[in-house]
Amino acid sequence: MAQGVWIIAEQRDGALRKISFELASTARKLADQLGTEVSAILLGSGIESLAAQLGKYGVDKVYVGDSPVLEPYISEAHAAAAAKIIKENDPAILLVGASVQGKDLAARLAGKLETGLATDCTDVKIADGKLLSIRPMYAGKCFGEIVVNSNPQMASLRPNVFPAAENAKAAQVVKFDPAVDAAQIKSKVLEVQKDTSGKVDLTEANVIVSGGRGMKGPEGFSILEELADVLKGCVGASRAAVDAGWRLQKDQVGQTGKVVSPNLYVACGISGAIQHLAGMSSSKYIVAINKDAEAPIFAKADYGVVDDLFKVVPELTNACKKLLA
Amino acid sequence: MNIIACVKQVPDTEAQIKVKADGTGIEEGQIKWVMNPYDEFGVEEALRLKEKGGGTVTIVSLGPARAMETIRTALAMGADKGVHICDPALDKADAYVTASALAAAIKGMPYDIIFCGQRAIDDDSGQVGAMLAELLGIPQLTIVTKIEYAENAIKAIRPIEGAQLLVEAGLPCVVTAQKGLNEPRYASLPGIMKAKKKPVDVKDAAALGIAAAAKATVAKTVPPPARPPGKIVCGDDPAQKAAETARLLREEAKVI
Repeated sequence: MAQGVWIIAEQRDGALRKISFELASTARKLADQLGTEVSAILLGSGIESLAAQLGKYGVDKVYVGDSPVLEPYISEAHAAAAAKIIKENDPAILLVGASVQGKDLAARLAGKLETGLATDCTDVKIADGKLLSIRPMYAGKCFGEIVVNSNPQMASLRPNVFPAAENAKAAQVVKFDPAVDAAQIKSKVLEVQKDTSGKVDLTEANVIVSGGRGMKGPEGFSILEELADVLKGCVGASRAAVDAGWRLQKDQVGQTGKVVSPNLYVACGISGAIQHLAGMSSSKYIVAINKDAEAPIFAKADYGVVDDLFKVVPELTNACKKLLA
Repeated sequence: MNIIACVKQVPDTEAQIKVKADGTGIEEGQIKWVMNPYDEFGVEEALRLKEKGGGTVTIVSLGPARAMETIRTALAMGADKGVHICDPALDKADAYVTASALAAAIKGMPYDIIFCGQRAIDDDSGQVGAMLAELLGIPQLTIVTKIEYAENAIKAIRPIEGAQLLVEAGLPCVVTAQKGLNEPRYASLPGIMKAKKKPVDVKDAAALGIAAAAKATVAKTVPPPARPPGKIVCGDDPAQKAAETARLLREEAKVI
C-alpha cells in the first residue's frame, strides 16, 4: 500500500533553495499526522553533502541521484530519475515546489506517473487519510480544495507561504542510480544569463515596494527604489506601469505577471484591480499608499495611507531609516 | 512545417466569479468567454512561424460546444484547420485527462512543434503543456519569452528566479508561451469570414480512445479566505502618517 510523504528538494549552484526547507517542514507535519516517514529526492551532480541540511527540517531519508546528466536541471532527465525512485518505493504523497523549476518538473512527472497534481497550493492538510490541497483559481477570486485519486498524490507548494520549521531528523542518505540515458535527452541549457542587479527575484523577496499608474512615469520609481533599499527589498510594478514602458515585464506583479508572497508589500499608486491582487494577495502584510480614498486596494490593505505618495514615500523611507538605525 | 497550437476557452479576466452555494463550482450564467490570453501568444507564434517558413497551423482545443467559437477566432487570426475535442464526459477534465485527450488527437497527425499557453487563467493550473510533452515523449520548453528557430531545433529564453536560461530543444517539442513572447494580432474581418469555411474536426472521448476519469478532482470550490480588516493610518500630514506607518510595521506587524 502506498506509504510515506516525499518531497523533491531543489538545489541550484551547489546550494539548496529555500523552498526545499519549506517542503521538508510541510512534509514533516503531514507525515506526523499520518504516522509515517518523510523522504526527499535530491538530484544533481556532486550534491550529496547537501542531504544533511534536509535533516534539520524533518527529513528521515534522502534518496540521492548524483550524475553529470542531472546538472544543470533538464525536465526530461529529472522527471526520469525521480520517477524511477518513486516507482520503486510507492510513496502516498509527493510535494514539489511551485518555483519555476518545480512547476516545469512536477507536471511532466505527474504525466509520467499517471497521477494527479494540485499546483501552486497555499495550504495542504490531511483529511480522511488523504491529501487535501487548497489552491487559488480564477486569479484568486475563488479557491479549490483538491483531492487526488491516485498515488502518489502530488501537490506543488507556492514558495514563501509555508513555514520552514526546524525538526531534526536523521536524513539518512540512500544513493540510487538515476539510470538516465543522456542520448535520450533532447533538450539542454546553453547558457545561464544571471540577473546582475544583485537583488533577489520578486517571487522570493521578503519586502516588495511596488508602483502603479500613480507613479506617473519611470522617474517616479526612484523613490520606491530608495524605500526598497532601506527595507532590503525589491521593486515591483503593476501591469499599467509595465505596459507604459516604465518598468520591465519581469518586475510585473499580477495575474499576467508574477505571484509574490513577501512579508511586506507596499503598493504605491496602485488602484488594486483584481488582476493585480491575484499576484500579491499571499503577502503577509500589505500597505497601500494612494491619494484616492476609493481605490479598491484599501479594502485589502492592512495599513492604508490616503495621501500623495510622492510626499509619503520619502517620509516613510526616513522614518524606516531612523527605526532601523 | 506542421505546427499545432492548443487553445482553451476561459472566462474573461474581468469576469465576476461567484462560487455556487453548494461549492460545486462557479456560476457560469453571466460569463463572457474568450481565448485564454496565454494561448493567444501561442497561436501568434504559430502563425509567424508559418509565415516565415511555410506549413500549416492546426488548432486543437478541448472544451464544450461553446469552445468552437474560440477555435474559429484562431482560424480567423490565420490558422488553417482545427480539431475540437467535445464530449460531456470530458466537461470535468483535469490536467491529466486534458493532456491525454490532446495527445490522442495530436498523435493522429504530423507535428513538428506544439504551442500551448503557459497556463489557463481559469484554473491557473499550468500543467497541460508539460504533461502533453511527456505523454508524446517529446521535450518541453515552458514559460518561454523568446524563440529562435533553427534546422530541426529551437532556441528559447526561459526566465527563472534571478536569471534567464538560454535553452535548446530538438523538434518535435512543446513550447508553452509566456507574456512578452509576441504581440498577438487581431482577427481581421476578411479573416473572420474565411474562418467560417475552414475545416474543424469534432471528436469525442470514444473516438480518441481515452478514459474520462480525472486523477485530481476539485472536491469543493470556496470563496477566497478573508483578510482581517485593515486600518487607515491617521496623521495631520504625510510625515506624520509615514512615521505612524513605520511604527505600526515595526511594533504591530513586526515585519521591519
